[in-house]
Amino acid sequence: MIVTDIDLTKEAFEAGTGWEIKHEGACKGDVCVTLDQSGAFDVQFTADRLRMAVVHDADHGLWAIGPESLGDRALVTADAPELVLPDLDGDEFRLATLRGQKVVVVSWAPY
Amino acid sequence: MVTVGIETSGPDACREFIELAQPEHPSLIDATHQMEARFGVVNIPNVTWIDEHGVIVRPPEPGWPGPAQYPKFLAQQMRTAAEEAESAELTPEEQRERDEQRAAAERVRNIVSGGQDRDTYPDAIRDWAEKGAASEFVMSPDEVVARSQPRPMTKSVGAAHFELGCHLWRAGNKDAAIAHFNEAHRLQPDNWTYKRQAWSLVGYELAGGGAMGRFTQNAPPGREDEWPFDSDFNRDIAKLEPGEYFPKTM
Repeated sequence: MIVTDIDLTKEAFEAGTGWEIKHEGACKGDVCVTLDQSGAFDVQFTADRLRMAVVHDADHGLWAIGPESLGDRALVTADAPELVLPDLDGDEFRLATLRGQKVVVVSWAPY
Repeated sequence: MVTVGIETSGPDACREFIELAQPEHPSLIDATHQMEARFGVVNIPNVTWIDEHGVIVRPPEPGWPGPAQYPKFLAQQMRTAAEEAESAELTPEEQRERDEQRAAAERVRNIVSGGQDRDTYPDAIRDWAEKGAASEFVMSPDEVVARSQPRPMTKSVGAAHFELGCHLWRAGNKDAAIAHFNEAHRLQPDNWTYKRQAWSLVGYELAGGGAMGRFTQNAPPGREDEWPFDSDFNRDIAKLEPGEYFPKTM
């Protein structure tokens, strides 16, 4: 996720990464990583715990938080991640609305 | 079925393909490469199977609807380009160059098409649709995680650079974007989506647009000095053996 201020709220971090910050820690599907939650939400600490890169482009005032690398694999759980993307008209579609059906997600590109 | 067009420059680059296909299923646009960050997609075409409970039963893998097919407009464009090349009168030196280019293109085709399951992949999906969890193609949750893409910390760094590159490219700051793309390619050398996306953004401009513009993944002849990347499609493909570009899935 790209941000111009790394002092993120918990909610912004959740929306950008797909990880939920709960009482148990940072959670995705059936996987939770414990966090020290005695103080305010700390994005750098949370990113370190999830083994997410935080890259700063100072010249352009941007930060990028990379995806988690727990277990050195792209997936930490078989639970399908949250995915919300627009269609051609810009209308957002939430993958989770297809629960109850088998789904084949086909990625393609015009290149 | 849900299709996701992964394209940084946004919906218009995907529009012609989607409108021709007239899909009845959700057809989405992924301008920020979320499929890589969330699922671990590193090349296209790529397929992920998710069951009725929202559990992935096959992680992202190369997959096809059957033998190679191209939209009619693209197939026509390819035929026209081939006919024009065939009818051109060439000097012996130009003829030699063209023969070398054809031989190189044939080597690329062999590497890209090696190790695939194009004809049988749809049958595996049909088997799962019929048998569900009893299908031989369904993986356990542990197997799904273990067979998802490798992602050490360096790849998270590469993904962050790639996202910075896409953001800056869309903002019109192309030189800064290229620097981040090159760093992403260095840190994720096996991520063909990151490479093909970045190369196509520049290739499209150097080719002057057009139906084949986004497939320009190398410097056009005579424009080599304007190619800003550390590599290109032909050079990177030449380093592979058949079956390494699209690993066999079944």
